[in-house]
Amino acid sequence: MASPPGSPPLDGSRSKNSELEAKTESDPSRAPSTPGTSKPVESLRRVAVRFAGDSGDGMQLTGAKFTESTALVGNDLSTFPDYPAEIRAPAGTLAGVSGFQIHFGSEKIYTPADEVDLLMAFNPAALRANVDDVSSAGMIIINSDAFTEKAIAKAGYRDDPRLDLAERYQLVEIPITALNRAALQGLALGQREIDRCKNFFALGLLCWLYHRPIENTERWLASKFKDQVLEANRRTLRAGHAFGETTELFPVSFEVPKAKIEPGVYRNITGNMALAWGIVAAREQFDRPVFLGAYPITPASDVLHEVSRHRNFNIKTFQAEDEIAAASAAVGAAFAGHLAVTISSGPGIILKQEAIGLAIMVELPLVIIDVQRAGPSTGSPTKTEQGDLLMVMYGRNSASPLPVISASGPGDCFFAVLEAFRLAVKYMTPVFLLSDSYIANSAEPWLIPDVDSLLRYRIKYAEAVEGEAFEPYRRNPDTLSRPWAIPGTPGLEHRVGGLTKAPNSGDVVYDPENHAAMVELRAAKVAGIASDIPPVEVDGPEKSDLLIVGWGGTLGAITAAISEVRLAGRSVSSIHLRHLNPFPPNLGEVLANFRKIVVPELNQGQLSMLLVNEFGVRVDSFTKTSGQPFFISELRARIEQALEGPG
Amino acid sequence: MDALETGTAADTLATPPKMKRKDLVTDQEVRWCPGCGDYSILANIQRVMPDLGIARENIVFISGIGCSSRFPYYMNTYGFHTIHGRAPSFATGIKASRPELSVWVVTGDGDGLSIGGNHLLHTVRRNLDLQILLFNNQVYGLTKGQYSPTSELGMRTKSSPTGSIDHPVDPISFALGCGATFVARSIDTDAQHLQDILRRAHAHKGTAFVEILQNCPVFNDNIWKDVEDRKSRVDNTLHLEQGEPLTFGAPGRRKGVVMRDGVSTVIELDDAEDPIERGVVRHDQTLESPAYASILATLKLPGFPLPVGVFRQVEKPLYEEMLAGQVEEAIERKGEGDLHTLLHSGDTWTVEV
Repeated sequence: MASPPGSPPLDGSRSKNSELEAKTESDPSRAPSTPGTSKPVESLRRVAVRFAGDSGDGMQLTGAKFTESTALVGNDLSTFPDYPAEIRAPAGTLAGVSGFQIHFGSEKIYTPADEVDLLMAFNPAALRANVDDVSSAGMIIINSDAFTEKAIAKAGYRDDPRLDLAERYQLVEIPITALNRAALQGLALGQREIDRCKNFFALGLLCWLYHRPIENTERWLASKFKDQVLEANRRTLRAGHAFGETTELFPVSFEVPKAKIEPGVYRNITGNMALAWGIVAAREQFDRPVFLGAYPITPASDVLHEVSRHRNFNIKTFQAEDEIAAASAAVGAAFAGHLAVTISSGPGIILKQEAIGLAIMVELPLVIIDVQRAGPSTGSPTKTEQGDLLMVMYGRNSASPLPVISASGPGDCFFAVLEAFRLAVKYMTPVFLLSDSYIANSAEPWLIPDVDSLLRYRIKYAEAVEGEAFEPYRRNPDTLSRPWAIPGTPGLEHRVGGLTKAPNSGDVVYDPENHAAMVELRAAKVAGIASDIPPVEVDGPEKSDLLIVGWGGTLGAITAAISEVRLAGRSVSSIHLRHLNPFPPNLGEVLANFRKIVVPELNQGQLSMLLVNEFGVRVDSFTKTSGQPFFISELRARIEQALEGPG
Repeated sequence: MDALETGTAADTLATPPKMKRKDLVTDQEVRWCPGCGDYSILANIQRVMPDLGIARENIVFISGIGCSSRFPYYMNTYGFHTIHGRAPSFATGIKASRPELSVWVVTGDGDGLSIGGNHLLHTVRRNLDLQILLFNNQVYGLTKGQYSPTSELGMRTKSSPTGSIDHPVDPISFALGCGATFVARSIDTDAQHLQDILRRAHAHKGTAFVEILQNCPVFNDNIWKDVEDRKSRVDNTLHLEQGEPLTFGAPGRRKGVVMRDGVSTVIELDDAEDPIERGVVRHDQTLESPAYASILATLKLPGFPLPVGVFRQVEKPLYEEMLAGQVEEAIERKGEGDLHTLLHSGDTWTVEV
């Protein structure tokens, strides 16, 4: 990264302004793209940038547009928004800080990065809340206009932090508020509306700094706004860009060449978007109408919103009065023959367990998606965790097994939904799909799958057979699943319910033999799925000293850590589980081939518990419950420790 | 009143051979206690169903948990015995996804108004075209005799040995408060009346909420005897008839209900008198505002006769029709969804070889 620390705030902003005006007036219609070559350009392999400001300052939008520009350059990337729990906490307070982080590069990017190389802080609170995540000697750009005595005190600083920070970081102070106002002078907008555009000034500047395009942002602006608001945002975007080129504060700009990425057509996708589109895809691939029952809850609400936009796919979405009704209505829709799904997060899933238990008992297909968040109880709605594994496995009364799968990343959510529906309808059972807040909100480039290559599944409802009495619980000998006999089918009239029943007829019975038989049949049905899922593949040597076993959204961090360990010359193997119940059929064998097993997870050791219980192995459980994803550094340290330590 | 008016979509799906009552009887041994009011209700439903012109395969009975909720096992239709209080939610999923089905919810005072109160509220206010039959015996029968949300204050039960301290809720008032578009009350032992109410509930396009007074001989015997007993019921029940004055009582003991400024009073009438001229209210179930029906719902023994019949019947758009309409409208506006187009929508970029 380049050289001298930034200079103190410019008093000479007037001369700067006239330069800016000259620049924008000269050719207002042509958006400048990559900066001119008048300044030296440095090449970087990867960069992590964070935008931080008040919630309401447009940090998420700024981050999203920067991400889009980055994708267009062809970098690999990973992003993570850091929302505060409050919708709009008091401006200038730590509780109100909203952030957006993006890690991009010309090499493979696995995570949003543990630390950032550049922090763009719009006010003292944003600075204070984020400064600890800036790498040593990293760059911090602040909006100097926001650093009033009052604001500095409100952020909890005793003294002005700038002097101290200037010694440890490359501190660049820019009067963004003033520059933005100058750029938008003459427009028929109020002061508040003008000031609200300053995030796009910063966007333009950072696009200049890292050689990102701004045309895509201009196109987006034109699609969303008109008249003065459109003009204001466009002008300030270009003004920020031009500022970067002109000012002496940035003697150098940086290019990050495009990454070697598998050829194809890509888009950015977040986990929640992928879940929603997976549900839409199920409607197409299984050729049945879809019914989604849901209740708004952070961080899952977006999925309900997105699926609700696609009624034209013959998808009915139902915002129920509560989580229980959402799940119950979905089970009702399954009874009626629809592809049924319900989605929530921890506190909502727990409410659904009764309805899920009924679905297990009456053996109806249902997909339940849990976008996990930090708990327990209300917990931290906007923070991530992997804390619900044992709950989804066991949190129902009595013996109520069901399949559990988890998504490993944003794009993977799409395929995980299809797999969940496959298991649900083939085995006539509810299926849990685990995602988490981190996957839900982070974005990665996604190679858009060819629709023709996607899983297709042909559903066959039961039909009456002449002369044969219908038995609602007579099982398919291969799958042990019962027929899907839906209302409206003549000759198959039958009753299902939560009471204990006899095999085949489904009649309500109380005798011990039938009760035991059904418990075993339902368990065997789920266990039998093991022969219908792919064996787990080991990355690295199949037999060695150390195996890392991960699941869910930790894939990126684990992969990055392992890659660093291997670059340093050490050997380590890893597997990442997608099917958690039943486990892949070869898992026991695989585990037996390693002297040490480390299981990193964002909970207090839940997968560890399942592995020990099932296979009797000794595992080294590496847990973290801080509401944050794993840092690559802490995973790497733990791996190295495991490689050093006694066997 | 034409008791055979049907009008639901279900009967247009197929022209089945006429269903007979015995077609609706299952092979399951009915296990309610001897003397339970549920037997009578079951028999009357089985008698009425064939007249409704619905194909048997399109009928779905959904229940929660309770004695009432054993009902689906005794009806040879599709049935779903769900979980305590949640039947209306399952029914919502069934009806919203398949509007052509004829959907009946069977619940009780415990199942429907304790744990199920919330789901009843929302299902009723959404106004799907289904029937909700609430069997009210003022007690928790299945769990052997605790007080329920409709039990009188002071009722002594196993869980209230020194008397219940819960103020009860009235099912009719509750349904009206939720915005129910059809609200009626009938009695387990009055076969003609019950069958008539069931037909009218089915004919109504919208959620039909029907409270059926039911006797639990084991845990709360005879609480409704004043209105069940053939001799006393004429003086104790107020039969609601559209357009007719609110009069009751045997000849020689005729009475009427007068309402003024929200206060109701009972006046005595000579047999020959015109009640309307004496200020007796003329029943109108079609009033848009539920206020009048809500006042009617407060009439109780001993001071007033217990109203039975249809309190309110109005129409408003059906939930499942609006939902299906939104799907159709979306298809019209955007065309049928195409997955490839969706996945490629917005900003995409191509990485060349």
